Amino acid sequence: MWGRLKALIVKELLALWRDPKGRAILIVPPIMQLLVFSHAATLEVKNVDIAVLNRDSGRWGHELVQRFEGSSTFNRVVQIQAIPEIQPLIDDQEVLAVLQIGPEFSRRIEAGLPADIQVILDGRRSNAAQIVQGYIAQIVQRLDAELAEQAGRPVPSSTVVSRNWFNPNLEYVWFTVPSLIGMIALLIGIMVTALTVARERELGTFEQLLVSPLRPFEILIGKTVPPLLIGLFHATIYVAAAVFAFGVPLVGSLLLLYPSLILYLAAVIGIGLFISSLAQTQQQAVLGAFIFASPAILLSGFASPVENMPEWLQAVTIVNPLRHFQVIVIGVFLKGMPAREVLANTLPLLGIAAATLTVAAWLFRKRME
Amino acid sequence: MTDLVAKHEAGDLSQVRTSAGGRIRALIVKEGLQIVRDPSSIMIAFVLPVILLFLFGYGVSLDANRVKVGLVMQDTSPVARSLASAFIHSPFFDARVDHALAPFEADLVASRIRGIVVIPPDFAERYQAGDDTAPIQVIADGSQPNTASFVQNYAQGVWSTWLRQQAVQMGRSAEGGGLVLEARFWFNPELTSRNFLVPGSVAIIMTMIGTLLTALVIAREWERGTMEAMMATPVSVGELLVGKIVPYFLLGLAAMALCTGVAVLLFGVPFRGSMLALLAISAAFLCPALGQGLLISAVAKNQFVASQIALFTGFLPAMLLSGFIFEIGSMPTVIRWITVIVPARYFVSSLQTVFLAGDIWSLLLPSIAVMLAIGAGFFLLAARNTRKRID
Amino acid sequence: MSGDTLIRFNRVTKRFGEGPPALDAISADVTAGRITGLVGPDGAGKTTFIRLVTGLMVPDEGGVSVLGHDTATDAASIFPGIGYMPQRFGLYEDLSVQENLNLYAELRGLPAGERPAVFDRLLRFTDLQRFTGRLAGRLSGGMKQKLGLACALMRTPPLLLLDEPSVGVDPISRRELWAMVKELTGGGMGVVWSTAYLDEAQRCDSVLLLNQGRLLFDGDPRSLMKRAEGRVFQVRGLDWKRRAVLARMLAQPDVIDGVIQGRHVRVVYKERVDGAENPPVLPPLPEEVGTQAHLAPVPPRFEDAFMDILGGGPGGRSALAERIAPVEQSAGGEPVIEARGLTKRFGDFTAARDITFSIPRGEIFGLLGPNGAGKSTTFKMLCGLLAPTEGAGRVAGFDLRRAAAQARQRLGYMAQKFSLYGDLSARQNLDFFSGVYGLGRRRRREQVELMIRTFDFGRLSDTAAKDLPLGFKQRLALACAIMHEPEALFLDEPTSGVDPITRREFWTHINGLVEKGVTVLVTTHFMDEAEYCDRIALIYRGRTIATGSPDELKERVQRPDLPDPTLEDAFIALVEESDLSEQEVA
Repeated sequence: MWGRLKALIVKELLALWRDPKGRAILIVPPIMQLLVFSHAATLEVKNVDIAVLNRDSGRWGHELVQRFEGSSTFNRVVQIQAIPEIQPLIDDQEVLAVLQIGPEFSRRIEAGLPADIQVILDGRRSNAAQIVQGYIAQIVQRLDAELAEQAGRPVPSSTVVSRNWFNPNLEYVWFTVPSLIGMIALLIGIMVTALTVARERELGTFEQLLVSPLRPFEILIGKTVPPLLIGLFHATIYVAAAVFAFGVPLVGSLLLLYPSLILYLAAVIGIGLFISSLAQTQQQAVLGAFIFASPAILLSGFASPVENMPEWLQAVTIVNPLRHFQVIVIGVFLKGMPAREVLANTLPLLGIAAATLTVAAWLFRKRME
Repeated sequence: MTDLVAKHEAGDLSQVRTSAGGRIRALIVKEGLQIVRDPSSIMIAFVLPVILLFLFGYGVSLDANRVKVGLVMQDTSPVARSLASAFIHSPFFDARVDHALAPFEADLVASRIRGIVVIPPDFAERYQAGDDTAPIQVIADGSQPNTASFVQNYAQGVWSTWLRQQAVQMGRSAEGGGLVLEARFWFNPELTSRNFLVPGSVAIIMTMIGTLLTALVIAREWERGTMEAMMATPVSVGELLVGKIVPYFLLGLAAMALCTGVAVLLFGVPFRGSMLALLAISAAFLCPALGQGLLISAVAKNQFVASQIALFTGFLPAMLLSGFIFEIGSMPTVIRWITVIVPARYFVSSLQTVFLAGDIWSLLLPSIAVMLAIGAGFFLLAARNTRKRID
Repeated sequence: MSGDTLIRFNRVTKRFGEGPPALDAISADVTAGRITGLVGPDGAGKTTFIRLVTGLMVPDEGGVSVLGHDTATDAASIFPGIGYMPQRFGLYEDLSVQENLNLYAELRGLPAGERPAVFDRLLRFTDLQRFTGRLAGRLSGGMKQKLGLACALMRTPPLLLLDEPSVGVDPISRRELWAMVKELTGGGMGVVWSTAYLDEAQRCDSVLLLNQGRLLFDGDPRSLMKRAEGRVFQVRGLDWKRRAVLARMLAQPDVIDGVIQGRHVRVVYKERVDGAENPPVLPPLPEEVGTQAHLAPVPPRFEDAFMDILGGGPGGRSALAERIAPVEQSAGGEPVIEARGLTKRFGDFTAARDITFSIPRGEIFGLLGPNGAGKSTTFKMLCGLLAPTEGAGRVAGFDLRRAAAQARQRLGYMAQKFSLYGDLSARQNLDFFSGVYGLGRRRRREQVELMIRTFDFGRLSDTAAKDLPLGFKQRLALACAIMHEPEALFLDEPTSGVDPITRREFWTHINGLVEKGVTVLVTTHFMDEAEYCDRIALIYRGRTIATGSPDELKERVQRPDLPDPTLEDAFIALVEESDLSEQEVA
């Protein structure tokens, strides 16, 4: 039996590597992902254009504008002269925010009165707008604190001590790159698995396998091990890239990460085999893999946190293997997650893997008869 | 000369030239029948859009509403409790209270909460001393940078509001000068992320229909040998292309109508623009989308390769590089340059404008122009690469 | 009527990438009013030839002129004048028969006023009136072929191009199609009919014989057959041992080709240099053959002449059979393959009904039948790919349901179109199959080396299977199927699309294996191939309508007006007979 299995696994790996399509799948998506995702998939807001309408002729209005111009967050600070100019700038998305400083601004500050600054933000991009509002607020508060100090007033707003644990400077890459480990394992695992049976069916070699003395479960194992190995290989490259190329701190232990990675891959491969037994052609298999992969990624906590979803949808995500693995991979990398917590998130993976592989095996047998 | 050859030379050629319209109509009817009868077309054009719309409508939400935080009450004085209740009653937070930090630390590691607010033991003392530095500490889970910055912003907001209320109560308002920042969010005052994600996702759906479906159906004709049979008839390349474009253009518009209906009726996304503007931008976007599909099919003659190329050059850019979720401005320069030729980029902002802001033609017209230009480029390339040749 | 030149090839060369050209300096004419057969094995350049005629490809060198227009510069003027049916017929499977007709009528510019009459004529001609509402994808192979033809004939073009119209179509539909096309040429149409079947070539008015991109013959097939006249004989009077006789005959230095034809052996002798008239003499034959054996002259076929042009067949020695051990005789002499009341239902449809036969050791058994008649279903049930609804199949004494793995260990399987792993090299394929059949490490190495030596792979052993020449693909597929030395060999249309030389080589190996005690079950569309069988079961509408040796089947349909029926005649007559009795019952 071992000889038969070994022959099957070796064949599977060779066939994948010698097929130009297979090789393309092994090489192109991983590189594209690493390059594009790590740089493009960021919710950070940088290089923003804003406009300032400074109707104050005094010193403080000017001072504030200068501080905006000096900030690295803002790419361009457009000076405008009149209120009617605001609307077209926002409408045409020339700027994300317009800051309005009233004519009495400096006078009120010097008189010790509250001085208003108005900011109009483009709610069409509400996420970016909120973050920009935060940046603007910081600059305003810093000026406020200095003013208060000069005036001998208490400095109210500086008394919140902000700390960001695990990622003190909120580097977005620290979040994206470890997340990619789960994503690449998902995409590669599902693609390779989904294609394997469909390809054999198209070539007509599947029947060849079925008339050989291989038992169904041997074929199943032979189809499971190669994607598992390939998934592990890619995941390992990504772990290395995260640590060495992107400088993401690896606080926790890899010994905790890998067992759950294997279970995670097993769960994904089970789903891939399921798609593969249903698909008649390679093209159907690709579409099937796609139809599974996009919700799996969107509902994993990568695009947006799971807790933001409606309750019922959160319940649905329980069956999504990436959702659990996402917690583990981020936890191990950035938080040094303890074994107990890793285990708590690995158990659902075990359940999903057991379920998907059982269903796949059953379907496999059924399709063979 | 035989009768047949003579007849062919004499009559057929002239007749052929006169019936281009009929041929195109026949091709369109054929394509329409195929769409209706082929489950995979219906799947991609109507089922997949609804699934994706649901995912984006329900599954992706960037509003950190009611973020789960832990509130550490190391001080139990009335002032501290007043501050605590400000956090507990804030619409932004879902706060649990404890007296020690340690249990929350574990929760933060396990991602059960996203932040911790610490009111230190000497809070009341220092606050009442008025020595201006009664500090509270806000710890956010930096492993989710976006949520972390929201936690910090919201906490800051709760704190400032609380301070001001305290000042009013104690009659200190007069002396409190300082700067007051008043923010207004146009078009989406409640900052519902669904309002911009749902229109944005329509762009991705339309990319799927325009590019993926078109590329697939043409590749299928090559695979089944029907393209070869077509080409050996008097049909011209232009007629063949038009026969493909028109049905999928109409299918795209139908899917667009479906998406708009779902977005407005089910997700309550406001629709402030006009149907005319929506039709104009959708029609304009379908040009590059269909053009790209045709170009892919001119290069890839089997469905597998066609679907791979369509996913990599159509779907992924529409998802990642369109500004739909991720800010284009924050990307590295090289990638920002690439986004210039991603038609979805213009469609996303046009859609968000028509839905949330209204008919701002000064933004829509240039976008339409760019989309049409990219579309023209694709069509030109596709027409040059699709010849009535097999090799 | 006839005689006009419709197509003129002037020193046409067409290349695809590196390697030898697909067509090499071809010059030929095709004239109106006759069927021109474009004949040759797969990969000979037939499809390239037709595509060059349609103008969908242009030559790298030389010129193609069709209906007086050059294809490179004036392709648009050609399209209206040709009817073209590509392989797989170019039909839209999601469209109904009528919708396909409407589409092509519009595309070919048939005026609306003429349509009802034309449709009526075409539908009657193709006998599809009853099926106008049916989706093309639901038609049988033969019906699709007729619909494809109807679409190509929409405007009665002066030139009709048919690319392998008879692939995957049973003999009855082939014969009907031939009659239809023949009728068209009567009206002055020029027809190009490409085919790998040499018996079809024989019936053409004119033949272009292609092999590896070269034009071997251009002209009347009868004039080609003439060259073999007086050199073709049958060894008759053999009741048994025809395989041994064939091997012995092929070993004769002056015999260039030989095949089995039922109980006879057909041989072609070399052209004699001395021009002597003496008939050849029979060499000494094995004793068991008896004394009845004698040589009888027979008229040559196209295939005999084709083999002669190519310089003869591959010889009768099977290096493979010489090197493998004989199959051990199990006790009791019970049948190796056995079908007992095999029945398969898919929903309401009964694909196979109560099929029973048994095949003793060392016999070749053929399953014949029209498309969709149930022969593949039966075949699949017997090698364990389909579970029968009722009944049981046994291989080497093991029930396929209860002891599937043991049964599978004892059978070898060669699928249609050589199902190999195309991206794996020949050696990797062999390695894999030997591993899957659980051969030990040392034995694996030995067997793989043996196969590589026996089949002469040489440097090709590291070439990806999909890039191997056709003949080597065939060898590799056979090698993979027999490395574990099975008792029973299952062959599913093993030589479709293969040139006659490769087919002979293949059957030499099979004959050798059978002599060693291997039992063979084969399905086929080729009547030549069926002649190799010891017994045949003819399957039609899910039932066995006739069983017997090829000669018994022929004898059953012998009639005064058909004194010497071919196997194809027998096939068609038996199927029609079954149809008649069915009608009587109904």
